[in-house]
Amino acid sequence: MGEARERRTYWQMVWHHFRRRRLAMVGLWVSVALFVVALLAPVLANDRPLLLRYQGHWHCPLWSHEEGIGLDTWKELREQMGPDDFALWPLISYSPTEYNLLENLEPPSPRHWFGTDDSGRDVLSRMIYGARISLSVGFLAVGIALVIGIFLGALAGYFGGWIDDVISRVIEILLTIPTFFLIITIIAFLPPSIYNIMVVIGLTGWTGVARFVRAEFLKLKRLDFVLASRALGASNARIIFLHMLPNAMAPVLVSAVFGIAGAILTESALSFLGFGVPPPTPSWGDILSQSRDYIEFAWWLTTFPGLAIFLSITAYNLVGEGLRDAMDPRLFT
Amino acid sequence: MKTYLVKRLLQIIPTLLGITLITFLIIQLSPGNPAMLKLKMASEGQVSENAISQQIVEQTKKLYGLDKPIPVQYLLWVKRVFTFDFGNSYKDHRKVWDKIAERLPVTLQLNIISILLVYLIAIPCGIYSATHCGTWQDRMLTVSFFILYSLPSFWIAVLLIMLLGGGDFWDVFPVYGISSIGAESLSLSAWLRDRLWHLILPVACLTYGSLAYLSRLARSGILEVIREDYIRTARAKGLKERVVIYKHALRNALLPIVTLLAFLLPGMFGGSVIIESIFSIPGMGQLSFEAVLSRDYPVIMAITTISALLTLVGLLLSDILYAALDPRIKLE
Repeated sequence: MGEARERRTYWQMVWHHFRRRRLAMVGLWVSVALFVVALLAPVLANDRPLLLRYQGHWHCPLWSHEEGIGLDTWKELREQMGPDDFALWPLISYSPTEYNLLENLEPPSPRHWFGTDDSGRDVLSRMIYGARISLSVGFLAVGIALVIGIFLGALAGYFGGWIDDVISRVIEILLTIPTFFLIITIIAFLPPSIYNIMVVIGLTGWTGVARFVRAEFLKLKRLDFVLASRALGASNARIIFLHMLPNAMAPVLVSAVFGIAGAILTESALSFLGFGVPPPTPSWGDILSQSRDYIEFAWWLTTFPGLAIFLSITAYNLVGEGLRDAMDPRLFT
Repeated sequence: MKTYLVKRLLQIIPTLLGITLITFLIIQLSPGNPAMLKLKMASEGQVSENAISQQIVEQTKKLYGLDKPIPVQYLLWVKRVFTFDFGNSYKDHRKVWDKIAERLPVTLQLNIISILLVYLIAIPCGIYSATHCGTWQDRMLTVSFFILYSLPSFWIAVLLIMLLGGGDFWDVFPVYGISSIGAESLSLSAWLRDRLWHLILPVACLTYGSLAYLSRLARSGILEVIREDYIRTARAKGLKERVVIYKHALRNALLPIVTLLAFLLPGMFGGSVIIESIFSIPGMGQLSFEAVLSRDYPVIMAITTISALLTLVGLLLSDILYAALDPRIKLE
């Protein structure tokens, strides 16, 4: 038994502690589910069938165009289906951009589970595609922040001296500038695009990671294995990235998970204020911002997208919190 | 202490320069800038906007000397920052300072009330949670603060307006501005009540996030301190639990939380931008939002610079306060 315990790696032990936290596991499952929804968005919500037998031929409309099948738009398909034809429709048979002004601002009903917006677009379908925007901004912005934060934090902690001074000053400068306003200002002056949003959130969000990595490197560089690898003639880059960085990953992972929650929040706030992804692209903040024009009655436009933002932020926060607790060194005694 | 002070004050200089550099980078994004123009033309090639923006381009060029070489532009900008000369607004040609002076009191009102509420509620909650650690009351507080912490304030604001702002649901609170029309002619007590009534929703939206964050920090801070040896000593020598907690534990646990104020300020400013524009409150947040929308460069630059400088002062004060109050901090 004792032997078995010793054989577990650090990450196995972290997982062992993590999975015993029920709320953290709930958070993990919710974030996995969101990821799957974002990944499978075209299969879950679309105006075209997933599988179609039309005039004697089988089609897979996700990969083919309506012209190839002999239709002008997918909308006519429903009327033109003969008795021998067969179509397997997705769960939500509306595309996020398909508008129908006859059905605008309808409350939730069996036809439109989460209601429709002011152009008659299906809110649930838009929310499913909105998950793609939120998650891709969350992950890519944090990815950018991680690369910058790890690199600068490692440099500052490893070399110390003037390099540390310069990097610490830069971090302090970014701390003083009101980040959200800075992001709005920059986004407002750049051409509207989702990539600009990711880059700007990433460029302004690396300071936390850098501080954690720096602190970790300050501790690590006094340890014997660093001295040993230096004695063996390893280069600085090798010591930093191959030997020290893997040992500094724990706090980085925690702040990355919290960072995803933060980036999702920032993106939805930007979209809410009208600085988000350009219009036809659906995003949670954008639906919420639309709801302000019909706030007297359109509760479905307010409630559902907000709930989606809240759920995803909570899920990532729960995972981050669970990870932080699971990595608490006091557990490993 | 003296050397620490001197060292800390000297550290301000590079930070100040850094702030001017970052704000200078924003100028480089401005409409009069050749690089920005090229970028814009490449990306959209809009013709309709050109006629309007031509005037703005000329103004910006003149204001920041954008036709001069970059080092000269930077020096001009530094001079402007240190003489607090931010020029006139593009929109109504009034002095930027006048516009800020007229908006600042409203935002201060909101944020001071909100900060007071945050500390007045968060610290007792944190203490209660920590001293009742593991009970159902603690668990309930922890869970509700966790939820509050993850609730986006703009969603809550919109939900509150929908539910309590006189739509299809209830009509309890006003959701527009900070006073009713004709409030100036009211008596003092009626005016106060009117103002308070208007402030409740926006202040609630501004407060709950930081409140949740802070009381979670207070709880974990106190729990951390309670485990330390000197608390065991205090208990062992027979002090009452009240004295142990309130006199010995709290002093150490709450210090970082009080000095955290400086770090809260930039976030509160960001919150004001959103909340003030949702509730149409004529404060700094709304001013900055409008400035960004109408590309009112002088106002944007002034607000960014001033809030960065204020936060810098806040950080400095909290560092010095911390060093002065906590003897464990090594003063190099």
